[in-house]
Amino acid sequence: MTVGLFIPCYIDQLYPSAGIASLQLLEKLGCEVVFPLQQTCCGQPMANSGFAGLSKGCSRNFIMNFSKCDHIVAPSGSCVLHIREHLEDEKYTSEATHIRENIFELTEYLTDILQVEKIDASFPYVVGLHTGCHGQRGLQLSSMSELAVPAFSKPEKLLSMVRGLQLRKPERPDECCGFGGTFCVFEEAVSVKMGKDRVSEHMANEVEYITSADISCLMHMEGILKRQKKMVKTIHIAEILNAG
Amino acid sequence: MSNHAVLAEKFIADEARTDWHDQTLWWIRQKRDKSAKSLPEWEQLREWASQIKNHTLSNLDNYLVEFEERAQANGVTVHWASNADEHNEIVYNIIRDNQGSRVVKSKSMLTEECHLNTYLGQKGIQVVDTDLGERIVQLRKEPPSHIVLPAIHLKKQDVAETFHKYLHTEKENADPGYLAGAARRHLREKFIEADIAITGVNFAVAETGAIVVCTNEGNADMGVHAANVHIACMGFEKLIPHTKHLAVFLRLLARSATGQEITTYSSHYVRPGIGRQMHIVIVDNGRSRQLGTPDFRNSLKCIRCAACFNTCPVYRRSGGYSYHTAVAGPIGSILNPNLDPEKYADLPFASTLCGSCSNVCPVKIDIHSQLLKWRQVIVSKGYVANSKKNGMKLVAFILSKPGIYRFCGSMLRFTMRWFPFTVKNRLNPWYRQREMPEAPPQSFHDWYKKRKKVEHKR
Ligand code: SF4
Repeated sequence: MTVGLFIPCYIDQLYPSAGIASLQLLEKLGCEVVFPLQQTCCGQPMANSGFAGLSKGCSRNFIMNFSKCDHIVAPSGSCVLHIREHLEDEKYTSEATHIRENIFELTEYLTDILQVEKIDASFPYVVGLHTGCHGQRGLQLSSMSELAVPAFSKPEKLLSMVRGLQLRKPERPDECCGFGGTFCVFEEAVSVKMGKDRVSEHMANEVEYITSADISCLMHMEGILKRQKKMVKTIHIAEILNAG
Repeated sequence: MSNHAVLAEKFIADEARTDWHDQTLWWIRQKRDKSAKSLPEWEQLREWASQIKNHTLSNLDNYLVEFEERAQANGVTVHWASNADEHNEIVYNIIRDNQGSRVVKSKSMLTEECHLNTYLGQKGIQVVDTDLGERIVQLRKEPPSHIVLPAIHLKKQDVAETFHKYLHTEKENADPGYLAGAARRHLREKFIEADIAITGVNFAVAETGAIVVCTNEGNADMGVHAANVHIACMGFEKLIPHTKHLAVFLRLLARSATGQEITTYSSHYVRPGIGRQMHIVIVDNGRSRQLGTPDFRNSLKCIRCAACFNTCPVYRRSGGYSYHTAVAGPIGSILNPNLDPEKYADLPFASTLCGSCSNVCPVKIDIHSQLLKWRQVIVSKGYVANSKKNGMKLVAFILSKPGIYRFCGSMLRFTMRWFPFTVKNRLNPWYRQREMPEAPPQSFHDWYKKRKKVEHKR
């Protein structure tokens, strides 16, 4: 069983540490991980901007890289959701279907497929969990505050296995941070206001770190925290699960 | 150009007011959560509501005919309007034929959509909106900013100022009880004088030909009881097959809208009183086009509860006017492009696609998926800036070629590291209020390849 690791473009270029942690974590948990070298991007930036037609090249490239993998895992809820819902290719339909059905977000993979019950990690800090919308409402990584259903959270369950970690949840448990892909630049004012509000809820909890299964949200909140010269840091959940 | 982003920026410039707007609406969302979760069958009710509406939309031709027949048998005159102009003309003709001059109107988003007040005003007929919130914004010559809470953008001090100016209340007396009393006295006069009452319609029951109007202030009843002529205006999607279905919708509507168990008044109008008239105007105005578009047809399930407004993190922080249309919020962003895709090309982009709207929607409209689909339609119709189009083409090209992608990635990091001013400037909308991420010296790719080499050597 080979696990193909998909490191989305912005993680590859800007947050390699999250990719490294994901790889090491999966290996620690006994997976045989391959990283197909010609991978780039899932195609979401184009599709979410209304240019789904332009994401064909990315889709083809994605299929070429990952169709041989039994499972595909990526440390990004948003990219996984895009592939799962939208990956298509006229020529390689069965390959596309295989990928759509076998791609997993990292915490989802750990919880549902590897069924991890114990993690040897230590992170002695006060941590706020940011729930990324695509992972949550799209991939159902956790229950959603709008629905009258029993509560659960895959990322939270994993974090609860980490030694020393004190988890604090923000008052609005699953409000969007305002990143939203190109929304963050085309709707700059709203995007930043949403981010500021998220960050201040976490700060009211006196957290030292904000973590999430989605780096895009963290990148946005990190930008705001740094501009405000705050000490709170952001960190991808893989880095916490792989820590210590 | 007044697009959502520009208008939102203006709204947010007053950050304290933005916070207040956000918190007020969030409070309503919380009330909605509490009341929804107090019903064990909540999710089941949503599913039923969705199915009833889907069924109705699929059999609309039959139900509309049935409704018309029953309503006519009840002594109601039924009119059909294919667009806003026809609707306005029909209403005007009824008023004129009855020599009406004093018109009271309870809340109807359809008449806002058709700009009825402006039209009648041009014909010399003044309409008094009798919903308190609507009356407040009407006095201020503003449109409603929210479909359920039309004056939600105003604080009580603003209302005190408006009432002082128009209703001569004490200056700066912002006591809600005092202001409500003044409004009540003012509106009572209007009701007593009224000869025409216009109402909206929340539900139209095919089986009986009856309509149901939900209000918290009883203002629809006051108008209808006072005036000799009642004109009810409805989009054709307001239909439900049977009276029993109200048991589903009335429970969902108020809980979704405000967290109340039921609206204070759920008024059933079946037939005109003796010697009186009742008219129902059934309007299409683009709805049949929406019905014929599989991707977007189920937006017609909407019961206008505004739960999607209250939960929307963008709406809460940008205000109703930033949507420059009668029906704002997430649902407005998927309905308006159908009316005019060019004018409303910005709205499907005024969202992070977080999906909260679809989750609160009592009739399970997949609002956020439709936003994404509208984006594709708008781009394919060419209603996006050329700069954006060309930028996207370039990005798509780079991301589809692994070698070029890696080259550009390293160039990007190199530039960010050594020439930070090229990205750290006011022209970069990211950088205006956010720091750029710190570019690492090597990508994951680079690290992985090095690790491979080391492994080989071992
Ligand atoms: S789309 Fe749904 S949530 Fe929004 S107003 Fe309509 S019924 Fe209510």
